[in-house]
Amino acid sequence: MSDSALLSTLKAAYADYIVTGADTNDGFPCLEIQHDNIATFCAELKQDSTLQFDFLSDICGVDYYPQAPRFEVVYHIYSIPFKYRLRLKCKLAEGESIPTVTSVWNTANWHEREAFDMYGIVFSGHPDLRRIYLWDGFEGYPQRKDFPLRGYRDEYNPFGEEPPATATDQGKNDDEGWSR
Amino acid sequence: MSVDQDSTSQVFFASIDSVINWGRRSALWPETFGIACCAIEMIAAGCSRYDLDRFGVVFRPSPRQSDVMIIAGTVTKKFARVVELLYHQMPEPRWVIAMGSCAITGGVYNTYSVVQGSELLVPVDVNVPGCPPRPDALMQGFLLLQEKIKHSKSTDHIKSRNHETTPDNNVSD
Repeated sequence: MSDSALLSTLKAAYADYIVTGADTNDGFPCLEIQHDNIATFCAELKQDSTLQFDFLSDICGVDYYPQAPRFEVVYHIYSIPFKYRLRLKCKLAEGESIPTVTSVWNTANWHEREAFDMYGIVFSGHPDLRRIYLWDGFEGYPQRKDFPLRGYRDEYNPFGEEPPATATDQGKNDDEGWSR
Repeated sequence: MSVDQDSTSQVFFASIDSVINWGRRSALWPETFGIACCAIEMIAAGCSRYDLDRFGVVFRPSPRQSDVMIIAGTVTKKFARVVELLYHQMPEPRWVIAMGSCAITGGVYNTYSVVQGSELLVPVDVNVPGCPPRPDALMQGFLLLQEKIKHSKSTDHIKSRNHETTPDNNVSD
């Protein structure tokens, strides 16, 4: 089954879950899913004997600040028996939580912890939702667009955050730096 | 007579110092401790081609048996307390070599997760610049450290320790 055939099959069979009119056009089969339904939809994709999406490649977060809804969770899944690849996206407003898919794929546990660590996206029903890379006392979510790149001032960073961009910085392109 | 006594004691302590410092600088034992890519160069420096052993530099597996800590790599804030702990586990006198840009200033990692210079954690004696420094550079770092020890007093670390813990000691003297 080709990518376009896979997409049309999915759209016909699971129309309830899929947000219409949100296809990406980058040559990769991609669907936008309502975030409340992601766990049930994933379970059905895995159990469907004609699809068998039994492998979760990755879960990542995206921050579209200052757009609303702000966050997006992206799932890359793979069907080992049929060699299908599929990308699922869920839009998420700030303060909203998304159901965990750990019950479908166990590996989602650490991927979701990573997204929580970096973006503060809450996965409801997750068995052990705590930070995975950063230590427990860390404040903030560093991959968010409004988190300062250099972090906040502390004992190990006496210089503090980066200064706010000035008007001259805004219009500058990369080439000017070399000629100076 | 008092003049004679003073000059004798000075001569005596000067020669004792030189013997003690000779011993210390000729057997600088670093911890087997590397954090990032600089550690690879550190390992190369310890292996047969560069052979740090000929300077009396022998890597030890325990901080309890070490005199020198080579901070070889990026010190993240998460790892900072481990570096601090390893420093305090070494018996005095102890020295620190910051190896590479990351250990010296944080290097290119001017980010939320990296300590902006290991001087913020532990007192650094020698900075070896480079990204990563070649083994030759690390060897020169050790030679500089030996030179520093040669020109120091053998009791310097006790003075600095007293100063750290009880600053009033110096005043009462």
